Amino acid sequence: MAEQMSDDDERQQSPPSDLDFTSNKARTCIVTGSVSGHTEFQSLYPDQVLENVLENVLHFLTSRRDRNSASLVCKSWYRVEALTRSELFIGNCYAVSPARATARFTRVRALHLKGRPRFADFNLMPPDWGAHFNPWVLAFAKACPWLEKVYLKRMSVTDDDLATLAESFLGFKELVLVCCDGFGTSGLAIFISKCRQLKVLDLIESEVSDDETDWISCFPEGESHLESLIFDCVECPINFEALERLVARSPSLKKLRLNRYVSIGQLYRLMVQAPQLTHLGTGSFSPSEVAGQGDQEPDYVTTFAACKSLVCLSGFREIIPDYLPAIYPICANLTSLNFSYANITAEQLKPIISNCHKLQVFWVLDSICDEGLKAVAATCKELRELRVFPVDAREDSDGPVSEVGFQAISEGCRKLQSILYFCQRMTNAAVIAMSRNCPDLVVFRLCIMGRHRPDHVTGEPMDDGFGAIVMNCKKLTRLAVSGLLTDKAFDYIGRYGKLVRTLSVAFAGDSDMALKYVLEGCPQLQKLEIRDSPFGDAALCSGLHHYYNMRFLWMSSCRLTHQGCQQIARAMPRLVVEVIRSADEEEVYDRVQTLYMYRSLEGPRNDAPKFVTIL
Amino acid sequence: MEVGRKMANMLGTEHDLNFKETELCLGLPGGIAVVAAGNETESSSSPKINGKRGFSETVDLKLNLQSKESTMDLNKNLDDNGSKEKSGSAKDPAKPPAKAQVVGWPPVRSYRKNIMANQKNSSEESGNSGAALVKVSMDGAPYLRKVDLKMYKSYQELSDALAKMFSSFTMGNYGPQGMIDFMNESKLMDLLNSSDYVPSYEDKDGDWMLVGDVPWQMFVDSCKRLRIMKGSEAIGLAPRAMEKCKSRA
Repeated sequence: MAEQMSDDDERQQSPPSDLDFTSNKARTCIVTGSVSGHTEFQSLYPDQVLENVLENVLHFLTSRRDRNSASLVCKSWYRVEALTRSELFIGNCYAVSPARATARFTRVRALHLKGRPRFADFNLMPPDWGAHFNPWVLAFAKACPWLEKVYLKRMSVTDDDLATLAESFLGFKELVLVCCDGFGTSGLAIFISKCRQLKVLDLIESEVSDDETDWISCFPEGESHLESLIFDCVECPINFEALERLVARSPSLKKLRLNRYVSIGQLYRLMVQAPQLTHLGTGSFSPSEVAGQGDQEPDYVTTFAACKSLVCLSGFREIIPDYLPAIYPICANLTSLNFSYANITAEQLKPIISNCHKLQVFWVLDSICDEGLKAVAATCKELRELRVFPVDAREDSDGPVSEVGFQAISEGCRKLQSILYFCQRMTNAAVIAMSRNCPDLVVFRLCIMGRHRPDHVTGEPMDDGFGAIVMNCKKLTRLAVSGLLTDKAFDYIGRYGKLVRTLSVAFAGDSDMALKYVLEGCPQLQKLEIRDSPFGDAALCSGLHHYYNMRFLWMSSCRLTHQGCQQIARAMPRLVVEVIRSADEEEVYDRVQTLYMYRSLEGPRNDAPKFVTIL
Repeated sequence: MEVGRKMANMLGTEHDLNFKETELCLGLPGGIAVVAAGNETESSSSPKINGKRGFSETVDLKLNLQSKESTMDLNKNLDDNGSKEKSGSAKDPAKPPAKAQVVGWPPVRSYRKNIMANQKNSSEESGNSGAALVKVSMDGAPYLRKVDLKMYKSYQELSDALAKMFSSFTMGNYGPQGMIDFMNESKLMDLLNSSDYVPSYEDKDGDWMLVGDVPWQMFVDSCKRLRIMKGSEAIGLAPRAMEKCKSRA
């Protein structure tokens, strides 16, 4: 699933090389022992040979981190690396301007941009904060017309931007929009109709406004190159007949994720046309209302069985559990199963999961209870990633899952690398057990939904549990903490979390010491997001040595003051320090509601809305 | 954002962040120093704040913790952060008030929250989560009954229940599934010519159908009322049933 492309798959981004770029004269590589190597004219030929060789070699270098390192060797390497970089990743769209990016990297084929900070997903920031795709598409349209792929996360994209994309880049092939907004079905229609080479159109968890345009019909006639079409987040009905015709003429189609307006009967018809699918999102997985009574039900089982390549299954947006047996034939092949919109019980899950021996990624709702998790633990020995979401996402709701299911998973799924677990109760013992049973953990996100909730058996803070995680899981790079936590927990994190790059904190800690421990102790820290914790200006100052190494710091509802933030802004000129007020907050109090700061080569951005003050 | 406004108001009015009466115990419950309340069932309060407590102590304290958590709000953040000493306050352990929901907590994306809310709404609308009560009339019976179709998982169970309600409604020629065997034309004709009772139902469109045709769940969703009629009277429904029989044969 594309959702798997989380931040934790990234390699570390070294600081922008422009900042560290020193005089090149001392480091210019000259191959021959020519005497007067200071004039380029004389050493042109050897340099040229070197550059050609370098260019060929650097083409093979794919890792961003390696490329960033290579670009720092000398001016020559910097230049060649810039010419050969085909995939450009920018983790914060405001860290560098489109002009600077296009000036340096002229032959980019793929652009990967990230915009808003993650906490914006939880309504902690007013809308229209920024992260507009527009300046980027315009700059690239002029400078890099051979751009083929665009991947955006948390950015605002308008219909016009989509039109520009389709019109300016003739060979455009892939568009992936994750958690984006600002566009609608009419923008999609224009984009699709003009993009003759389109292979991938993935809309994931994005907000698409319903302009009542039949965008599916806009795919050009004739055989299509489409390999992936994901639109499960589009909340409006689609022209099914057009979709059916599209699928029929897309022999390369491997990934298809339907929205909830596609009934199971329609799904059947599509699957019959596309048995070569590897990734399928089933849509509603229930019959449409106009089911003919007495009409024979199609043979879903055989149809699913015919899809021998199916490895990734999702959807089930309005599931009628009676139809679940249809997927039995493919369970044994599945490596990824997303039931996170299917409100099913343990009993309904068991016949499915007991056949999923190869499952590596499993997303599910807590409706399956501890019992369901035990069933998962019993069969899914290859499980790498587990996400358990709450049906009822409120603090004081009943918790169908607890430390019991959690511990069972740790005992059964020893290869676990990534876990996201929402629950109402947890114990240190269970967390400690997981730290021992699953040493390969890279991502550990535990959300005990009640704020400040302690170990529900011993009543103690959850310090020891999280401490064990950082101590025993030596590969850990991403951590999200919750429950009742004292400064001690953060002491552990600072002491043992040496590889931690992303840390999320909410309603935790007692004092500034907690934040100090982390800022002073975690050298790899890139992304730090904190809310509602008692950390003040003194703590903020303790990170001055590190902020240029970080992508961003978010602190909301903490104890920061304007003076404190101002101090940071003065001390660090390459840091953009944004103070964000909630939209309806009129007056300016001394306390800072939200601080969002990030390194940037460009200084304060010029598109900041009224509620943002840049210090 | 309500949170922000609340905090801002607090700050505007008071500089001394000494909200003792709302200060709540963050430390280990054994650390209730001064304000040992009468309401608490805990008899002895250990003077050590960070010491571990024995299990017996925790049992008593459970209720206390609940109530503390439930009344904890963001005021907690305004506590004097210098002091690590947490004094507990007496809270009525009996009835924790409902928590105000905090913005963006728990951290579930609004996209997902909306979907779950929509699922809940639509299932409530179509009565999936509630009961599916339908009137049941039987020819010749003096009064009607009501059954909740959600109580049953299959036609068999429904048959049994109806049989209990109306003692003259027997299984008769229904076959092993307790359903009318549509596949067998002669059996069907026998049934409809007999004086045995046959269940029929009125569906969403207002048509009267013989029970047993569609999958159970679909039946539950579309059935508006049930009528148990004599086989001979059900002959009016039979042409449809006969057509279906023929089309399947």
